[in-house]
Amino acid sequence: MDAKALQALIEKALSAVAEAADLASLEAVRVAYLGKKGELTAQLKALGGLDPEQRRTVGGAINQAKTQLVEALNAKEETLRAAALAEALAHDRVDVTLPGRVNALGGQHPVSRTLDRIIDLFTRLGFQTATGPEIETDYYNFEALNFPAHHPARAMHDTFYLPDGRLLRTHTSPVQIRVLEKQAPPVRIIAPGRVYRADSDQTHTPQFHQVEGLVVDRDITFADLKGLLTEFVNAFFEQDLEIRLRPSYFPFTEPSAEVDVRWHDESGNPSGWLEVLGCGMVHPNVLTQCGVDPEQYSGYAFGLGVERFAMLRYQVNDLRLFYDNDLRFLAQFR
Amino acid sequence: MKASLQWLKEWVEFDLDGQALAQTLTMAGLEVDEVLDLASGLKGIVIAEIQSAQQHPDADRLRVCEVSGDAVPRTIVCGAPNAASGLKAPLATLGTTMPNGMKIKPAKLRGVASEGMLCSAAELGLGEGGDAAAGLMALPNDAPVGKSLLDYLQLHDFVLDIDLTPNRADCLSIKGIAQEIAALTGAAFNPPQIPEVPAASDRALDVSIIADADCPRYLARAIEGVNVKASTPIWMAERLRRSGVRPLGPIVDVTNYVLLELGQPMHAFDMAKINGGIQVRRAQADESITLLDGQTIDLDPECLVIADHQTPIALAGIMGGLESAVGDETADIVLESAWFSPEVMAGRSRRFGLSTESSHRFERGVDPDLQRQAMERATELVLSIAGGEPGPITEVLNDAHLPKNTPIELSVSAVNRLLGTQLQSAQIERALSGLGMSVDLKGEQLKVIAPNRRRDIALPVDLIEEVARVIGYDALPSHAPAGELSLNAPPENVVSEQRLRTQLVARGFHEVMAWSFIGTDIKNPDGSSVEGLVLANPLSQEQALMRPSLLPGLLEVVSRNTRYGHQDQRIFELGHCFDHQSESLKLGLVLTGLRAPEHFDAPSDPVDFFDLKGEIEHLLGSNQIGPVSFQAQPGHPWIHPAQAAVISVNEQAVGYVGRLHPQIAERYDLKKSVIVAELDVGGIAHCAMPSHQPISRFPASRRDLALVVREDIEAGKLLDAIHLVAGDQLEKCVLFDLYQGEGIEKGFKSLGIGLIIRDNSRTLTDEDVDAVSKVVVEHLTQTFDARLRG
Repeated sequence: MDAKALQALIEKALSAVAEAADLASLEAVRVAYLGKKGELTAQLKALGGLDPEQRRTVGGAINQAKTQLVEALNAKEETLRAAALAEALAHDRVDVTLPGRVNALGGQHPVSRTLDRIIDLFTRLGFQTATGPEIETDYYNFEALNFPAHHPARAMHDTFYLPDGRLLRTHTSPVQIRVLEKQAPPVRIIAPGRVYRADSDQTHTPQFHQVEGLVVDRDITFADLKGLLTEFVNAFFEQDLEIRLRPSYFPFTEPSAEVDVRWHDESGNPSGWLEVLGCGMVHPNVLTQCGVDPEQYSGYAFGLGVERFAMLRYQVNDLRLFYDNDLRFLAQFR
Repeated sequence: MKASLQWLKEWVEFDLDGQALAQTLTMAGLEVDEVLDLASGLKGIVIAEIQSAQQHPDADRLRVCEVSGDAVPRTIVCGAPNAASGLKAPLATLGTTMPNGMKIKPAKLRGVASEGMLCSAAELGLGEGGDAAAGLMALPNDAPVGKSLLDYLQLHDFVLDIDLTPNRADCLSIKGIAQEIAALTGAAFNPPQIPEVPAASDRALDVSIIADADCPRYLARAIEGVNVKASTPIWMAERLRRSGVRPLGPIVDVTNYVLLELGQPMHAFDMAKINGGIQVRRAQADESITLLDGQTIDLDPECLVIADHQTPIALAGIMGGLESAVGDETADIVLESAWFSPEVMAGRSRRFGLSTESSHRFERGVDPDLQRQAMERATELVLSIAGGEPGPITEVLNDAHLPKNTPIELSVSAVNRLLGTQLQSAQIERALSGLGMSVDLKGEQLKVIAPNRRRDIALPVDLIEEVARVIGYDALPSHAPAGELSLNAPPENVVSEQRLRTQLVARGFHEVMAWSFIGTDIKNPDGSSVEGLVLANPLSQEQALMRPSLLPGLLEVVSRNTRYGHQDQRIFELGHCFDHQSESLKLGLVLTGLRAPEHFDAPSDPVDFFDLKGEIEHLLGSNQIGPVSFQAQPGHPWIHPAQAAVISVNEQAVGYVGRLHPQIAERYDLKKSVIVAELDVGGIAHCAMPSHQPISRFPASRRDLALVVREDIEAGKLLDAIHLVAGDQLEKCVLFDLYQGEGIEKGFKSLGIGLIIRDNSRTLTDEDVDAVSKVVVEHLTQTFDARLRG
């Protein structure tokens, strides 16, 4: 074959490669030229009939043509494969805006969410969590807390009673006694839980939640109480709020205080003071009652209303929503 | 306690306005709830006199009055029944803005022009309640026409409503609050002179005290010839009104006035109704008394009474008797001023539902030195208003039973140790003596005697609180949290409530909080009542039974939310439940509606038993709590008997799961299937600690069996049996198919069970695997009459 014919052959082959639309037709081209009976293979076979000198010249030209063709085939194959993959992938397209197969969404009750947050903050300061029963005796709820029988301070607690004289605890303070009876100082606990008062109106529910705090150790001072509560309130609300302690009266603490925080209206201006918790230094009668020597130890206690904290934190404007359990309300706490 | 700023200023020279005083008192522990500006809305009100009152031509109820008092005579149309010629009443002149915000403008009422408004006490905010129907506020005949009502009634005043804590009985009077103001501000305390009123007659009284511990001091005084129809002067009536006390007549007004001014409750008897003398004694079991409010109560020896020589005439310190009360016919009175012990008063007024100004003070402790002063004050006032001739004061005193404050030793270091301060002895002394305490300072040691009116001061700590209060809590130091660190780590094998909550929330449950009390009318399907602890004083029968189970509350929540339109609900609650012996923390779960939220490419099947069982298996399994088993157990009255299981953990029953009984579902108006479960949290509180086992390097083999058994044979039993006989090589068996129907004889079912078999030391041959499979099949054939499906 002369050079011209070889050139024509290779051009025909390359154009066949270029025209191959898919891998199958490309394979057909490969077979047609490079297969056992392929045209280019035939040319190689025909080399045997040539003289050595000619064989070298022609052979070189044919091999070069073959190499050119193989490269073209490979390149084309790669292109076709890429195209095929692209097509297959395109075929797999989904509408990503269709809704996912999502599980039902749950949510934690805002009161327990708030409780968890309060517990977490105090745990970071080394407080341990203690609990007590919701049905209490008069002794733990009142007497051991320095409320003598018929004391007018009892009238501050609208108490639910059982026929046998037991009662629904009106505060979490009985846990103070239960812990001090068992544990010698140092004591550093919080006691979260549900409490009850026989009162129901717009701003009172007959059940609500408190977190009690108690620290008893040597040299515990009112200044420690003030510092702790300031730190806690600011941490809870994640704001530097102005807080004030104002003298008050609880039979089981002395000095006693109520803690107000200065709230801000929607535009950020300071508004009124809001009472958020009660506290004080543990009354020596309480310590003595629990076998702790008030000459050696002192302590402070505080009690905060969880619902009040939840309302302030999450802008809940009606206490009763917490016990309606409307899922439209609950779903807002995720 | 309501206190008028004007009245206080008569007792103490201070220069604070209402708001500033409120702030001072609040920061000293006398919390001021409200400051009322009495003048607000009363500018432009003048004293007017009705010159004539004619019937309105076109309205039966209206009168056309010609009125003097404004700058010019005015015609006023008025609907009050008492609008009559000669009446003096407040007139809101044109341009006045009333307390309720209404502006007075010229108006035409049924065609007649009206130029102002004659006012009732209620319209001016001066009366009790909405007594507009009572008519115009009638002013005394000598009220000066044309004068501003503000000036006439001295309404340039603020009233502070103080929410006193029970320890501060000494502040239940103008005198007491004035003393507190003096201590807090350094202002001079200037009590008005209360002179002794000499006896004008020798009418002495026979008083004997039998219960001397209950009443160590009793004073009585006769005043003969009083005019009980005299009218209470306007200044006194105004002070009573501002203190929230309604004027009733000169004698009772005087006793109320003294109570408010000095804090000493007093009582007045009609002397003619007292048979013989006065006795202070405990009541006898068969006695009763009809009180001033008309209520008759049965007495017993718990009650202290004032009696004459026949019968009780007053419930001591709480309320007088009706029979001996001062009335329109009374000519001679007996005034009582006594000290009753808080112990004998405690709980009595509550017991009879009689909370009076008097009992409120006696329960908290009246100043034991006050009785004579109060008697003189009351005598003076009665004489000046109602006249009469006072007799000598009869006083019976048992000093030994009268409380007397004794010295308290206080060290400077004790103060500083508790407050975290560095106060000097002089500062402490100043704070305490300002409060009227006598302080004897020797070096670093103080000997303090509190005045007897301070019934709340007995211990050094009581004094420390006073020091803190006077200095101001705001001025006390604050220390950042500190303390010895100690690592009180919770045990790792305890499953916390928080963990359960978090996991359930992640599984799509909403946490709810229902009431701890449920209705006493809640019944089981068989009509029996739900048993449990019933409150003695519930708010209502719907909230009277301490819940023995979370279920009723949860169903109430589901029911309510269904009404709100939530068809699919997954909820849980963690809360205490109660029985007669104990209370325990329970976890309740409810599923209703669809298994999964609606989706374009997923079936929307309603939930069934296995959804909630699966959630429980997941919750317990993911915490390594167990082993867990479920056994069919009908019997819970609220659960469908054929879809009920008891849940056991470590072979201890910890709760139940099942489909809600259809009758209960109907009661809560739940139309979709409802699956419920309740677990004792104590029973699932501990998990197993992970302990590593070597992992086999050899492959597992699986053999699937299709077994046909009678349909009443429980799958769980079959699986248990397989685990029992298959030996250690059985790694797991799965139940992958359950079939009944074509090809399976009626009354039978086919179970597809996959055995996953593996050995730790070698690759098992087919023969090994077949051997395990064979043992299983043979055992099941023998035990359950199972056969391989052909």
